[in-house]
Amino acid sequence: MDFQATIDADGRIEPRDAMPDGYRKTLIRQIAQHAHSEIIGMQPEGNWIGRAPSLRRKAILMAKVQDEAGHGLYLYAAAETLGVDRADLLDLLHSGKQKYSSIFNYPTLTWADIGAIGWLVDGAAIVNQVPLCRCSYGPYARAMVRVCKEESFHQRQGFEILHTLSQGTEAQKAMAQDALNRWWWPSLMMFGPPDAASTHSEQSMAWGIKRHSNDELRQRFVDMTVPQADVLGLRVPDDGLVYEDGHYRFTEPDYTELYDVVKGNGPCNQQRLSHRVKAHEDGAWVREAAAAYAAKKEARAA
Amino acid sequence: MTERSEVTSKHSVEPLYEVFVRSRRGLSHTHVGSLHAPDATMALRNARDVYTRRQEGVSIWVVRAADITASSPDEKDEFFDPAGDKVYRHPTFYEVPEGVEHL
Amino acid sequence: MSDLFAYTLRLGDDALISAQRTGEWIAAAPQLEEDVALGNIALDQLGQARSLLQYAGSLDGRTEDELAYFRDEREFLNVQLCELPNGDFGFAMARLLYFATYQHLLYDELRSCADETLAGVAGKAVKEVAYHVDHATQWVLRLGDGTEESHRRMQAGLDTLWPYTAELFESDALVQRLEVAVDPATLHDSWSDRVLAVIDESTCERPSSSYQHSGGRSGRHTEHMGYLLAELQHVARSHPGATW
Repeated sequence: MDFQATIDADGRIEPRDAMPDGYRKTLIRQIAQHAHSEIIGMQPEGNWIGRAPSLRRKAILMAKVQDEAGHGLYLYAAAETLGVDRADLLDLLHSGKQKYSSIFNYPTLTWADIGAIGWLVDGAAIVNQVPLCRCSYGPYARAMVRVCKEESFHQRQGFEILHTLSQGTEAQKAMAQDALNRWWWPSLMMFGPPDAASTHSEQSMAWGIKRHSNDELRQRFVDMTVPQADVLGLRVPDDGLVYEDGHYRFTEPDYTELYDVVKGNGPCNQQRLSHRVKAHEDGAWVREAAAAYAAKKEARAA
Repeated sequence: MTERSEVTSKHSVEPLYEVFVRSRRGLSHTHVGSLHAPDATMALRNARDVYTRRQEGVSIWVVRAADITASSPDEKDEFFDPAGDKVYRHPTFYEVPEGVEHL
Repeated sequence: MSDLFAYTLRLGDDALISAQRTGEWIAAAPQLEEDVALGNIALDQLGQARSLLQYAGSLDGRTEDELAYFRDEREFLNVQLCELPNGDFGFAMARLLYFATYQHLLYDELRSCADETLAGVAGKAVKEVAYHVDHATQWVLRLGDGTEESHRRMQAGLDTLWPYTAELFESDALVQRLEVAVDPATLHDSWSDRVLAVIDESTCERPSSSYQHSGGRSGRHTEHMGYLLAELQHVARSHPGATW
């Protein structure tokens, strides 16, 4: 069966099948950026591992950040089935030629931000990712099944953090509300530009890489999240929010900010990338040593 | 040729290993993904850390991706179609009279 | 402070402070696979710390969090080896080799002690630290016998930390009085056999410093400890009485 027939029959494309060049390139870019987002995403939360205010929270946060490294690995592995090398993809990240999700260019300022990231950022990620489990490219779809399964605890732990804060002292409640105020708009922007301005969407839909439009997913997220905010007793910072015909109408975020952060002008762009580059460079001698040792062993065995 | 795209690229310092996990006794090892490691010893340890964080396995195999020989999609017809008309290999091919059990 | 409480606290503080340092590696490791591996090790250490601090707390009416977040520097009883700031990856693997090998011998003895809770914690932990020993060993071998640079760095890590190892095996009146305690002095010979075998195979030189630091078991720490606790404790202490 040829490529388009497989796609039309909602079948899966596997690594060694013939595929159009554009399909391959689009997938490599998307999967790599997804992988980059997982590993850059370790930083804003990793920032709080040392300061988590209870040992239980510390264990949960460590496990979560570690999961993100694992998810990055699954995704790089999926990208590599398309004939690229993880080392090259990391170079593209480090040189700024490939992007990662802009949400991670915002700072985590208080403990409540760890709750907000779990609840909102992972919540938005799940809305984005669940349809990817049915993506037309087999290895990507399988990686996403694994990621989604593991991430189900990430969102819950975030909600639990905020729920505990919102039941706590006045200072804790204020901390939770402040976190929601700062993370709400960036979370909405995680679904990308509005459909009218989205450049890659149509082709990706035709190829079965994307299943729903940005605006559709954004609406789904808002509908899901607003009632949860009510349970938390927190106020979504949108005066335009109204419930109408089964949906919450909301104010669109200021997309000029999104474009700006994507271009590199966000509060933490420099910091995140240089931390990542430093870890990579600091580790170079370790990777070289391991390779040298393996080569010596092989030579001795031969 | 491995179960990877035909498009080749330069190699990382660390070779790629494919990981297979037996999720519980009685089941066969299943491919779960891949990872990079300097050698097989480290690949096995990395696989334990990356792919069995939630008790997903009781046994792991790692195989260098470059050592896997895979059938090519171009050969699909010769490889797999001939099995397609041997329907008598499947139990549903046979008619069983009503009332006969344990067959 | 009862002997059993103090003894359990020593073990718990070693594990807690180690977890705090190992955790700093997450998102800073030499490769992604290692972020995950060190994450597992930090989680194991933290798990051990929690079991031990919960038990210690049950003996004197405090919670694990009260013990972790609301004690001052001089009340922590961990060895100084665990609190030293992270150096490079060679330093990290040297510390893990020294510490996990000690923990493995200790837990292996402790799992047959008469205190059911301590024996239970040790029985679970011994499997975890066996893996830590293996992980450290694999890396010490690779770094020691890798490149010139890695050999130099591995040697430096082993040498720098060697003067902090004797403290692990200090015997005192408490461990001699307390029946369930393992006298760490009895572990020293097996420890040095194992550790030196790895160092020899790694082509590094055996460290030879004769000076040995001491003080952690009586709450005398390095200057680094205060900063470590400042980070660990500041949120919890800024909101006394709060639930998280």
